[in-house]
Amino acid sequence: MALTGLILAGFVLGHMTGNLLVFKGPAALNEYAKWLHEHAGLLWVARSVLIISVFAHIWVGIQLALENRAARDGGPADDATRRASVASRTMPYSGVVILGFIVFHLLHYTFRTVALGGVTYGDDVYKMLIAGFSNKPVAAFYIISMLLLCLHLSHGVSSVFQTLGLRNERWRARLDGLALAYAWIIALGFISIPLAVLTGCLK
Amino acid sequence: MVQDNGKEQTLALKLRVWRQRRGQPGAFEEHSLAAVPTSASFLEMMDMLNEQLIKEGKDTFAFDHDCREGICGMCSMTINGMPHGPIPGVTTCQLHMRNFRDGETITVEPWRARAFPVLKDLAVDRSAFDKVIQSGGFITVRTGSAPEANNIPVPKPVADEAMDAAECIGCGACVASCKNGSAMLFVGAKINHLNILPQGQAERDRRTLAMVKTMDEAGFGNCTNYGECQAHCPKSITLDVIAKLNRDYLRARVKEFFSSTGKPSKGGD
Ligand code: HEM
Ligand code: SF4
Ligand code: FES
Repeated sequence: MALTGLILAGFVLGHMTGNLLVFKGPAALNEYAKWLHEHAGLLWVARSVLIISVFAHIWVGIQLALENRAARDGGPADDATRRASVASRTMPYSGVVILGFIVFHLLHYTFRTVALGGVTYGDDVYKMLIAGFSNKPVAAFYIISMLLLCLHLSHGVSSVFQTLGLRNERWRARLDGLALAYAWIIALGFISIPLAVLTGCLK
Repeated sequence: MVQDNGKEQTLALKLRVWRQRRGQPGAFEEHSLAAVPTSASFLEMMDMLNEQLIKEGKDTFAFDHDCREGICGMCSMTINGMPHGPIPGVTTCQLHMRNFRDGETITVEPWRARAFPVLKDLAVDRSAFDKVIQSGGFITVRTGSAPEANNIPVPKPVADEAMDAAECIGCGACVASCKNGSAMLFVGAKINHLNILPQGQAERDRRTLAMVKTMDEAGFGNCTNYGECQAHCPKSITLDVIAKLNRDYLRARVKEFFSSTGKPSKGGD
């Protein structure tokens, strides 16, 4: 969970940073996309690592959730919660929505089979992006998914430290804060793009 | 003790207590109990209920208890959804009735976890913990004559940390409060207690691997860092012991993976 989570959390930072090139104009983004496609070998190494990570992460996650549910044996009649965060208690649910998002997102921008009105846009990733987010329900789905990603990462990133044994009571609050900051940077970075298209800042 | 004009305050309570026979489904049973002194402990209140039941010719509620001073870890009760009740840092036997309101309905349940099957009513079988201890919760010492006390120097911070971990009384509230039924706080406390002391070094890696394996086999869940265990532990053991358990486990696994066989490999360079 920690290893695959770490890979995915690192990927979203890289992906988010790359996407922000959109604010430098069509040329910058399209060149970046072209560069990626020209380095097909590298791209496929990254894709393989990501695909394996996503499947392993989900498989172990489902296993974990099922085992843990069985181990609890129903729990007390009125179960009290003293400190478990909302994020920690909704990990499987935020995870499932993010999975749904990834599937939609790949169909949308990688395979380009949904919500783009049949236009393929060729190498003009910039134009494709504007067209994609001009669709309000699609943009809204992206924004909501990114907020759930924020929730997922806020617990996940801080858990990594615990799993690796690099946490104590002195550092717990600081590491939780660090994870929360990371989650918000990722989410706001991604959200800024559909938001900019919706508000007409990007055309 | 709460005093009112020299007379002690008392409470009238509604109790919803779990009734179950081994291997059969259980259910809550409702009872009223009057004149409970606010200075009574929760277990003394349960004694009053059982005496009332005996007078009524009914079956009493089975519950575990022994020391009644917070050191044995027997008094396993989930009170209003909280293992050991509403006051953090105390066991059920140290919980006083002044923490409840007159007329309140109190729900009393056994620990709920697959690894702790109900024996009867509120008493559960915690031998899964014994198995974990048997698999590695010990050190090897020379027996026969008492060793010189200061032969092995233990630095003060290490001794303090080991004693903090050794505070665990093995009650199982961590498992009962965990939404995953995980025993990581208990196992973390026990492993840390021995793994950081010089006397515990000989079995350090073996202990960590064996206790974690036994824990997994006993049907406990996996830690997902909720933190409920720390918030309900009567000895306020912290999640630090789980972080250190994870670290020691990783270390032991890596060392096991790269352990030397003492022989050259066949073939290759
Ligand atoms: C609003 C946020 C996002 C935007 C605007 C965005 C944009 C894009 C675009 C334009 C592509 C296609 C690039 C190309 O093929 O030329 C892409 C690919 C991809 N995105 Fe996103 N993305 C966002 C969020 C995410 C998130 C949160 C994840 C994962 C958790 C993700 C995972 C992927 C993956 C796996 C690919 C495929 C990479 C590949 O082709 O191997 N994206 N994204
Ligand atoms: S860690 Fe705390 S809650 Fe768990 S068994 Fe030990 S004393 Fe009880
Ligand atoms: S009866 Fe011993 S700790 Fe409560």
